[in-house]
Amino acid sequence: MAPDNQSQLQEAAWARLMSAAQQGDTNCYEQLLRGITPFIRSLTRRYCRNPQLAEDVVQDVLLTVHRIRHTWDPRRPFSPWLASIAARRGIDRIRRDSRIARHEVSHELVPETFAVAATNNESGALRAVEAIEPLLAALPERQRRALEAIKIRGLSLAQAASESGQSVGALKVNVHRAVKALRALVGTVDQTEDQ
Amino acid sequence: MKTERTTDELIGVLRQGLAPVRPLRPPMLRALSWLGLVTLVVGAAVLRWANPAIIAARTAEARLALECAAALLTGITAVLAAFYLSLPDRTRLWRYAPLPPLLLWIGTSGLGCLQYGAGLGPAGDRLGESSHCFMFIVLVSAPLAVLLYAVLRRARPLEPFPVALCAALGVAALAAFVLQFFHPFDTTVIDLSAHLAAVAVVVALAGLSRRALA
Repeated sequence: MAPDNQSQLQEAAWARLMSAAQQGDTNCYEQLLRGITPFIRSLTRRYCRNPQLAEDVVQDVLLTVHRIRHTWDPRRPFSPWLASIAARRGIDRIRRDSRIARHEVSHELVPETFAVAATNNESGALRAVEAIEPLLAALPERQRRALEAIKIRGLSLAQAASESGQSVGALKVNVHRAVKALRALVGTVDQTEDQ
Repeated sequence: MKTERTTDELIGVLRQGLAPVRPLRPPMLRALSWLGLVTLVVGAAVLRWANPAIIAARTAEARLALECAAALLTGITAVLAAFYLSLPDRTRLWRYAPLPPLLLWIGTSGLGCLQYGAGLGPAGDRLGESSHCFMFIVLVSAPLAVLLYAVLRRARPLEPFPVALCAALGVAALAAFVLQFFHPFDTTVIDLSAHLAAVAVVVALAGLSRRALA
């Protein structure tokens, strides 16, 4: 069958289905919507290359067809009516996208920290440990081991005491001194970086 | 959690929400019906309150008659354009239809200003009744615009802005045409400015309220 004849038959079928849909025939309406969806999809690809966004436009067009179905005059062809709705919605999408592009900046990596610990990325904590390692190396041996056992590895005082051979009291004192020394070291590093 | 509906699901929802609709009548018929209704109401007011002597005097002179005709034609073509533009499958060239009569209207009014100003010297720039003209056009346009918007919004235009502009130009031009029946003097520069300012105000207000059409 020649393409012209095929498109004329399709046009006649759509017009008949739309006319029935205007009178409330739900089966004809569903048949029409399923029939025109590939046609709308092919039109919207001209305006939107991203398939997912193009599908949004397809749905937008279907919603608009539903909302203004009373504006189609059964004495006029159906396809130009549908195509102008698709073109309008496609242009609307381009405008919306360009407006968003003008006013918003997107980053692939967004360094966010959330209130709930479970949602945080563990890589942040790993980077913090890596940063503090040179400072730990500068601490006296006993203070460093006490701090690593209690604050970094999270051992209890009893566990840390049995592992390190230090008393609980000595561990507390060494952790306290280590933290104090680290604070001083961090302050020194910050001042150096500022200069 | 955000849920995304597939196109198939959407079709199912639309199918369920289908109700019978009555197709809109052709735009020419709808526009002529609206213009006919306005002619009845405004015509009755003109016959009741306008001075027949003024009407006779204004239509006797060719330039004044042309000015009135141009204002009327601007109003009619702009209203027609608004009805056509409110539909998705009608040519967008309709937005330019009111321009020729609009230019003729401004041209003939401007010519009148020059003649009147040259003939009467400094009196040609008097403020006189211009503020009344301004108020007349705005106050007559307002109810006409509400009436026209109520009819146009049935089409839920996809592009409300040009529809709103044409509708506003239409009602403002019709109001300016009706004003001619109550205008006991020739148009001065200030009058013309007041007329154009009133039309511009109506068009601007309509442009701002275009969402009422969507």
